[in-house]
Amino acid sequence: MDTLDAMHRVETGGGTARLTLPLMLDSGARLDGVEVAYKTYGRLNADRSNAVLICHALTLDQHVASPHPGSGKPGWWSRMVGPGRPLDPQRHFIVCSNVIGGCMGSTGPSSNDPKTGKAYGLAFPVITIADMVRAQAMLLESLGVETLFAVVGGSMGGMQVLQWAADYPERLFSAVCIASASRHTAQNIAFHEVGRQAIMADPDWRGGDYLKLGVRPEKGLAVARMAAHITYLSEPALQRKFGRELQRDGLSWGFDADFQVESYLRHQGSAFVDRFDANAYLYITRAMDYFDLAASHGGVLSKAFQRARAVRFCVLSFTSDWLYPTPESRAITRALNAAGAPTSFVEIESDKGHDAFLLDEPVMEEALKGFLASAASARGLA
Amino acid sequence: MSEFREDFREILRLVRPGARVLDVGCGEGTLLDLLQREKGVDGRGIEISSDGVAACLAKGLAVMQGDADRDLAEFPPHAFDYAVLSQTLQAVREPKKVLSDLLRLADRAIVSLPNFGYWRMRWALVTRGRMPETKALPDPWWATANIHLCTLRDFTALCTDLGLRIEAAAALEHGRPARPIDPDHWVENWRAESALFLLSRKGAQTAERRAEGDLFG
Repeated sequence: MDTLDAMHRVETGGGTARLTLPLMLDSGARLDGVEVAYKTYGRLNADRSNAVLICHALTLDQHVASPHPGSGKPGWWSRMVGPGRPLDPQRHFIVCSNVIGGCMGSTGPSSNDPKTGKAYGLAFPVITIADMVRAQAMLLESLGVETLFAVVGGSMGGMQVLQWAADYPERLFSAVCIASASRHTAQNIAFHEVGRQAIMADPDWRGGDYLKLGVRPEKGLAVARMAAHITYLSEPALQRKFGRELQRDGLSWGFDADFQVESYLRHQGSAFVDRFDANAYLYITRAMDYFDLAASHGGVLSKAFQRARAVRFCVLSFTSDWLYPTPESRAITRALNAAGAPTSFVEIESDKGHDAFLLDEPVMEEALKGFLASAASARGLA
Repeated sequence: MSEFREDFREILRLVRPGARVLDVGCGEGTLLDLLQREKGVDGRGIEISSDGVAACLAKGLAVMQGDADRDLAEFPPHAFDYAVLSQTLQAVREPKKVLSDLLRLADRAIVSLPNFGYWRMRWALVTRGRMPETKALPDPWWATANIHLCTLRDFTALCTDLGLRIEAAAALEHGRPARPIDPDHWVENWRAESALFLLSRKGAQTAERRAEGDLFG
């Protein structure tokens, strides 16, 4: 509770920034008048040396440490961001922005296409992780942030961190990549394809034009979320939480949600459609599938980090994460070592699966605290 | 400096200021921390336990979770000036490969290991006819992590086999300063409880730092 009280005293800011320059996309398309929704916590110091960018995961948003405006739930990473936490608004100027292609205020497929005045739908260009990062860099410039003390992210956020290291290494002092990968594997793409097909199979998707027609493909999006949610957990975590426990006494001998795990997944699905847009889900999962950092550097990952050898890296993985398992993080650290960047790596013992990075993991917290504190003293931050 | 292990003191003496050092099996980072503070080295570590790595991170050290048998391949040739392997070689699965890896990724290796030819070992074996349990090797044979014990003479023979040059050697004894030795002298194979070696590859030029671009090998 003390932390919450202290959080109330933290200076917060944010809003929607309109980028003055067009955003040139990897696909060759360009987006004009791009808007980026963001939140800030803390204050930029006089040296402008204490800025931290947090990159969010697939279905998260800029509300990293303050209540979600829709659900009223606490910020998704309140454990990590807050007074006395590893990322502390009393010391850091923390920025978190909604990725482009998203649906929490940044330009995405549900934004209005200036050409038609109606929602883009599938007319929105396909975006990449590098495009997301380019927009973040432009946002930070508009906020007067030239260099980042740290860029931090988990899962898709970690991909953005790696992309930052490849594209803007001179603007980084340190980088933290958690439960992530330098490319999407066949299995990752396969799961995403199941989700996309579920959305597109919903008759209310209407070829992506549902917003113009006043409907929403809620069933398809819910199924996409249910399938994806399983990949965020681990078998032991599911077993511990639900086992074969039933919802009611006895079986229904039908297809109601007999098992608690079914009811849980259905709830996850229906809660998700209230806060997320189906087309945004298509676009962001596509961006992740297209991500392959080595491919754009001659197939050699270490070359992506060649200019980043002055950046301090911290790479974390979790033992039970089968979505982005430890070998993916090891490949990243191997490349960073080959590039000569000072790199720390820990595989954290946890049975919580991929979602562990969002949950109570004391070893992760301690590792991040130590890493950031030592980086701060090297950077001359109080 | 008296609170530090005697091999740490000797390593601190051997390492050139500002060098790039990899400490394999760095534990909680005591040696790396010491090397960074006193010698201004650019230090990296490998440690098997996540608690150890977390402790190192808290000290501001760049440490990777991993083990000597598996993870030395992560580093490109000549990435370091020194690779340190302290009292660990006897516990790895493939000592010959590890030693060879160390001298691939670093120009010099600093290796310390217990001497199974030490007279107390021989005495215990001769008088009791059982595997020795000493201060340096306290566990019974069925519980010990030390699966590849050797004598000084065994070790120098392996170095010859691998084409390694022993640039310096010192006997280590608990609570005493390191004593420079000729590791091939038969007396030392009886007298040294444990020993530390500074190794390099025969014929390799090791004096100057290689150009940074060479990191990719």
